[in-house]
Amino acid sequence: MEVPILKQGEFLIAMFQAALSDADLENLRRGLLQQVVKFRSRGVIVDVTAMDVMDSFASRTLREIAHMIRLRGAETVIVGIQPEVAFAMVQLGLTLEGVSTALDLEEGLAYLIEKSKMTD
Amino acid sequence: MAKRETSAKESGTRNNATTELVMSEAPSELLRELVAHLRQNRTQLREEWVGRISETRLLTAMTKEEIFAEATSVYDSYVEALETETFEALQAYARNLSERIIPRGVETHEVVGIVLLLRDVLARSLFAKYQADFKKLNRILDAYEPAANRIANTVAVGFVQERERVIRQQQEAIRELSTPVLQVRERLLILPIIGVIDPQRARQLTEQLLRGIRTNRAKVVVIDITGVAAMDVTVANHLVQTVEASRLLGATVIVTGLSPEIAQTLVTIGVDLGKMNTVGDLQGGIEQAERLLGYKVMAVAEPRQ
Amino acid sequence: MPLGEIRVAIHSDQDIVSARQEGRALATKLGFSGVDSTFIATAISELARNILAYAQKGEIVLRVIHGSGREGIVVVASDAGPGIRDIPQALRDGFSTSGSLGLGLPGVRRLMDEFEIKSQPGRGTTVSVKKWKR
Repeated sequence: MEVPILKQGEFLIAMFQAALSDADLENLRRGLLQQVVKFRSRGVIVDVTAMDVMDSFASRTLREIAHMIRLRGAETVIVGIQPEVAFAMVQLGLTLEGVSTALDLEEGLAYLIEKSKMTD
Repeated sequence: MAKRETSAKESGTRNNATTELVMSEAPSELLRELVAHLRQNRTQLREEWVGRISETRLLTAMTKEEIFAEATSVYDSYVEALETETFEALQAYARNLSERIIPRGVETHEVVGIVLLLRDVLARSLFAKYQADFKKLNRILDAYEPAANRIANTVAVGFVQERERVIRQQQEAIRELSTPVLQVRERLLILPIIGVIDPQRARQLTEQLLRGIRTNRAKVVVIDITGVAAMDVTVANHLVQTVEASRLLGATVIVTGLSPEIAQTLVTIGVDLGKMNTVGDLQGGIEQAERLLGYKVMAVAEPRQ
Repeated sequence: MPLGEIRVAIHSDQDIVSARQEGRALATKLGFSGVDSTFIATAISELARNILAYAQKGEIVLRVIHGSGREGIVVVASDAGPGIRDIPQALRDGFSTSGSLGLGLPGVRRLMDEFEIKSQPGRGTTVSVKKWKR
């Protein structure tokens, strides 16, 4: 399953689809890191609007993505978690602790821009 | 030929051929005969039944035409249930009927009443038909009564269950109305929680808040729990979950009105209060929220003399 | 007309997705709310994931159920894997935000209305969860 990764200036935007298997998520994790390195991005927005279920594996993958991207000196923000999905996640105890979140693409960009201003 | 003679000898009396046959009939054959009778006399039995319904002043919420239409359906379902000895179709019909008539204000005693009236009308017609043959009448009733009772039960229970479902829905709607999520400023929501919180209400609160965050694009939410009647561990957990879920939507939550007792409960369940944004009262919470959003809170200047 | 049952064999991570999609489809068809449908799909995902992680293969069965005039869904996740030695331990609900540790059974229990588990070391595990339509 191909996940589009768009470049927006210094930032990358990855639009996660619904129905991503574990293998898809693994590939995404690697692919995203490669792109961050290639473009020397300062931030990544992972848009999960289309994901109708977020389970323990998806949650762990997102945390790992954020961690690895931080090691490259870049910021990650997860956007677009649906209200129902957020509710289900906290029932399972999945809180994405340590990972920045924002409501949507617009908020996510605003966050990254603010963050990169601070570190300039 | 020989068989019949033997049984005649055993019974000790000279019964006619018809009676002999009935003795060895299986109950389902009787049921078949009964069903045939009910089908043949459908029109007049149904009329009689509808007459009894208006006599006893049941279903006053419905028009004559409606009663007649429903009576036809009920009669046919009744006879079908007797015939097939299965009740799923009847159950489904009962639920369907209930869905239609409950909004019209029809009550349980009316539904039970009309089904029992039908049972009586049909029973009477059986008495009339088999009055000459007491033994056969008994056997027919042996077949009819358990089935008829089961039917009455099925319809009544179906109606009551549908009513309970409607009541549950109404309760949910009331709960939703009684907990408004208020938009006070752009990007700021306030959720004042008042009263008793049961698990149902807690779930509904969280749902409403999360949807509200999305719809209003809120960045800060102030949850005021001053008015919460009692906070046990379950409710405290719901609160923590709500805070965590809100964060996943990019909103910061400020909890106000936290009493020392509630703070203790939260600590007991392992909540790191240092991580939770808490402010003494609602006013303070709103000011804090505005600061977070970048609003400046200024004192009004004295007018110049 | 009763819907019968839906069986999904769990052999690969792709099956986890299939199982939860079936779950959501069935829940939606029955008229469950968006939140409840998501809860059901998420619970299925976790249960299927457990099967894969601990038993390598198993099965998820979905069925429509009736009770007290309400409709519901039952999800039965079964495998012939190593089984769970200490069930109370596995069900200990710490309400911690640890995330993806262990079997996540307390979380699955929170998502659903009823929860039942049968497991014997060496004999496999069957988890049965139900959700009723409100």
